[in-house]
Amino acid sequence: MQNRRIRWHIAVFLAPAVLVYTAVMIFPLFNTLRLALYSKVDQERVFVGLTNFRTLFLDPIWSEQFWNALGNNFWFFIIHMLVQNPIGIALAAILSHPRLRFAALYRSAIFIPTILSFVIVGFAWKLILSPIWGIAPSMLDAVGLKSLFAPWLGKEEYALTTLALISVWQFVGIPMMLIYAALLSIPEEILEAGEVDGITGMASFWKIKLPLILPSIGIISILTFVGNFNAFDLIYAAQGALAGPDFSTDILGTFMYRTFFGFQLQLGDPHMGSAIAGAMFAIILVGVCIYLFGIQTRMRRYQL
Amino acid sequence: MNKARTNPFNTAMMHGALILYVLIALFPVFVILINSFKTRKAIFREPLALPDAESFSLIGYQTVMKQGDFFLYFQNSMIVTVVTLFFVLMFGAMAAFALSEYRFKGNMLMGLYLALGIMIPIRIGTVAILELMVATGLVNSLWALILVYTAQGLPLAVFILSEFMRQVSDDLKNAGRIDGLSEYTIFFRLVLPLVRPAMATVAVFNMIPIWNDLWFPLILAPSEETKTLTLGSQVFIGQFVTDWNAVLSALSMAILPVLILYVIFSRQLIRGITSGAVK
Repeated sequence: MQNRRIRWHIAVFLAPAVLVYTAVMIFPLFNTLRLALYSKVDQERVFVGLTNFRTLFLDPIWSEQFWNALGNNFWFFIIHMLVQNPIGIALAAILSHPRLRFAALYRSAIFIPTILSFVIVGFAWKLILSPIWGIAPSMLDAVGLKSLFAPWLGKEEYALTTLALISVWQFVGIPMMLIYAALLSIPEEILEAGEVDGITGMASFWKIKLPLILPSIGIISILTFVGNFNAFDLIYAAQGALAGPDFSTDILGTFMYRTFFGFQLQLGDPHMGSAIAGAMFAIILVGVCIYLFGIQTRMRRYQL
Repeated sequence: MNKARTNPFNTAMMHGALILYVLIALFPVFVILINSFKTRKAIFREPLALPDAESFSLIGYQTVMKQGDFFLYFQNSMIVTVVTLFFVLMFGAMAAFALSEYRFKGNMLMGLYLALGIMIPIRIGTVAILELMVATGLVNSLWALILVYTAQGLPLAVFILSEFMRQVSDDLKNAGRIDGLSEYTIFFRLVLPLVRPAMATVAVFNMIPIWNDLWFPLILAPSEETKTLTLGSQVFIGQFVTDWNAVLSALSMAILPVLILYVIFSRQLIRGITSGAVK
């Protein structure tokens, strides 16, 4: 009896979330992938199959921009993995020390850049690094390294790395917090057992704690990956849609924005924009799949 | 306690490292804030000095007040954030309740479907979202932003809230059922109040990315009446690039509301992250 009646309340509870999510997220996602297969010919939308992707990967003008953006994006990601995550882990390791005073204060202060918007962060650093204002050169001068100063954001060879480091500065709080949480959940008995066996200090970090927090490091890596391949705001705020100097800071997000909306003399092209979105989707999907099937399932998890 | 863990030299090193990093983290914010209160001359002559009686000036703030409609931008950001949070929490909690409370065909599948959005960024669908908003006439309205952010926030909200709702005791709900309460009353009167801490966590998680987003305001609602604070300050700074007083003041005005919110909610936020809600 109970089973045969339709339980309307379940539908009522689910409906709003499912409707909004489907209409504004899932449907546009697939529609974007579909639009990538069309093109505009004589004011009409015609199906062109994979032509847009062929243009994107093989046409000299497009492919040069695409591979440039993709390569830059990988560099952006590598810097985050090599700088942001180790610093985050190191800060978390220090903060989780049981006898440390003012830990809460340090934690809150270090997290502040993470809550600021990209616009603020981008402009603030642009001003600080600006040769006109001279804060960065005069600070380097104070430690006798003035000769090292260069207008980092304006030089092709440094601009992308500088922006990646600014982004690291902004987001270091996230790995710090997640690793901190993971370190706190390690039971005291395990560490004490290690101490009895003579494993203390740094050794206890490398031999006991690090293996136990590997799953959290995996999560941080995939979050960093998705975030980086989806990045746009910081580059746009600091360098504009042209991702200067000479496209040296162009990443997939800015490339898609320029293509979709147009800039200067080039008209916007939603279909090529969709094709780039499709490529981004594929890259993110591959990354998430590598994580889910390649890393997460093989990772040893310890029952705590 | 073992000696290695309380060694004074180690403690000093740890504090040293943390203080150094705190300085790196706060220095840019500090420089922007102090210089926004100085005259143009003082900004360039002594950028690291605090404003004193001679160098103090509010000229930048005056320009910002005259030229930019920052109160409107602030109001827009506020409306978008608050309304979105309401929808995310309301719809998210309802769906989480359905998934965690009832056994029905397709429960697992529905859960997976809703969880898809945690890993796939909504920005990928921007081209079609813009077409959708143009077709429905919502472009250049705050509703476009509210809908997009709600869709973006729901997957994680459903995921976190359903974890918490599984912990609500069945006896309580069944007692309600025996007393003749409807499923809706059980949800609103019994379950919702019990998961309030989890809802606060979800709210804080969603608040920062929505408030700071530049992409969707730029694409879906760039008109003067619907600019959010983030987009408004971006455009304003772009126009006043050479007026350093105005730029620094505009940056400070964009920093302050977030900083105040952070001071109010930082405990909630940090507790939320460290309680493992995102694991």
